[in-house]
Amino acid sequence: MNIRFDKLGVVIAAISAYAAFAAPFATFRANRIVPGQARSILEALPATTGTLLLVTIVVAALIALFKTPLVLRLAASVAALAALALLIGVAGTFLTPAGNTFARVSPASGFWILIFAFTLLLADVLTRLNLSPLARVGVLVVAALTIGLLLISGSWDNLSILKEYFNRADSFWAEGSKHVTLALGSLAAAVIVGLPLGILCHRVENLRAGVLNVLNIIQTIPSIALFGLLIAPLGWVAAHVPGAAALGIRGIGTAPAFVALFLYSLLPVVANTVVGLAGVPRAANDAARGMGMTDRQRLFGVEFPLAFPVILTGIRIVLVQNIGLATIAALIGGGGFGVFVFQGVGQTAMDLVLLGAVPTVALAFAAAIILDAVIEMTATRRRVETA
Amino acid sequence: MKAWLPSLLRLALVMLLVAFVTNPGWFEPLLKPLTENNAPVIYNQGSLLTLTLLHLRTVLIATVAATIVAVALAILVTRPAGAEFLPLSRSLVNIGQTFPPVAVLALAVPAVGFGEKPTLIALFLYGLLPIFENALTGLTTLPANVVEAARGAGMTGWQRLTKVELPLSAPIILGGIRLSVVISLATATIGSTVAAKTLGEVIIAGLLSNNLAFILQGGLIVAALAVLIYDGLSAIERYTARRMGRGAE
Repeated sequence: MNIRFDKLGVVIAAISAYAAFAAPFATFRANRIVPGQARSILEALPATTGTLLLVTIVVAALIALFKTPLVLRLAASVAALAALALLIGVAGTFLTPAGNTFARVSPASGFWILIFAFTLLLADVLTRLNLSPLARVGVLVVAALTIGLLLISGSWDNLSILKEYFNRADSFWAEGSKHVTLALGSLAAAVIVGLPLGILCHRVENLRAGVLNVLNIIQTIPSIALFGLLIAPLGWVAAHVPGAAALGIRGIGTAPAFVALFLYSLLPVVANTVVGLAGVPRAANDAARGMGMTDRQRLFGVEFPLAFPVILTGIRIVLVQNIGLATIAALIGGGGFGVFVFQGVGQTAMDLVLLGAVPTVALAFAAAIILDAVIEMTATRRRVETA
Repeated sequence: MKAWLPSLLRLALVMLLVAFVTNPGWFEPLLKPLTENNAPVIYNQGSLLTLTLLHLRTVLIATVAATIVAVALAILVTRPAGAEFLPLSRSLVNIGQTFPPVAVLALAVPAVGFGEKPTLIALFLYGLLPIFENALTGLTTLPANVVEAARGAGMTGWQRLTKVELPLSAPIILGGIRLSVVISLATATIGSTVAAKTLGEVIIAGLLSNNLAFILQGGLIVAALAVLIYDGLSAIERYTARRMGRGAE
């Protein structure tokens, strides 16, 4: 029989072997800021469970190593990820001495590398399966539900990141909603202003280069500086325009963060609107004109629907970028998940950093997958309609 | 618009920038109205010139490393031997793009400690993506007839890569580097939240002590650097694009 290796599988098998046998699986610390002690899989878990996890990892890595059917690879990656997710919680309970509320257990490098390795395998399988947009959103929903169930079931309650969460559950949701409001609100404002501006730039050629250049220059101003710079004008507005302060406009806080995110969002929206409208086939426009459509009918009935996928791509860029940038708002008192990141950096409490960083990454990731699916669906519909 | 006007503006900006970082005292009267209670006007816990140079050095090291790795990776996955990795690397780049720089920066700290190192790692990782994406675009959208002609002329794979494929993709790769540098210049300022010596230090000092003059000078220096470097790299890009007969975007 001819045994063939899978190239990616070699990489996955090598790093998971290192992570499972040479790297620490979990870190134990007597309290939240002292340096931790490494624990391997067999030290971090009850003997049978630990052995079971090692066997699961080895089998999954072997399936990845050889050329095996896609379904088997899918099952292997899902099984390995599920085992890891479930058992890191068990490790938390196992390593925490009974009744000790100061001890902290967090996932260590070995755990993260294993997660990375099998996510890589899963990503490879999903890429090769060439899933439809709806199926991809479905996978995302299933993954989110699984993580949600694990959180609700309390099996992760003894992990350090969740202990940080329990200490500030209220502010977590408050900052979270502030984060989402900032990212989505500035996106909405950018779409409301950017779409008409883009249409105007498309129609009036003299305006195009000027507007796009100014927006381009705004993009090159570093976020932290733009946030800071807006403190001055907004502070002035708050002090001198009657009623502005009552609306919540202040020099520091949410207002400058909102304006900064809005300014960053304009370029992708305007530029993609211009590109999308320019890409409308001349034949479609001519036909619409020949049918006696007015300019306005042509815009809403022909040009806009045809340019929609490109405009959506701009919106996707903005949304993912805004979710990331909103973390910086915390530096100027604007709130958001960045609050935990910067607090954690300040206290060298890495689990607190994770409490801010993990939801941010998850949000950005989910937004990217969902919008990618929507873009693909509108684009295929367009192709079917114009075919 | 007259053709010389942008060049004149750029020259003026360069001179202003150099004057500001070497002799910030000259500009003290301009920034004075922004401070309250006799707070210092010019950043006084380090020289602006040193911070600017350190800032540029950090960005330079990260960008050079990111360019080497990203271009090498892009070459690897566009060869027959690495073709298997192409779809996966595409989705990885897509996923990587969703990681916010602040998160990367903060998560690098436990691994390497505070200071310049986490900043370099964050800049390197974040800079990889645009360069890799552009290098991939450049190497996969080469005109088929040119590649065929090179093969027909009896060039080896290595010769085709270094004499045909890379030079032809150079403008697009440069575009990725430009994007990466501009992102890095901005992200490097955030590096100061983990104690890296960059211009972010000035901005953060301003944010902490409510000193607008500090924020403005830190922000303006970085913005001016970004605009100038963006401009300079765009010019190089247009030049190589003209030489390669490939229209710039």
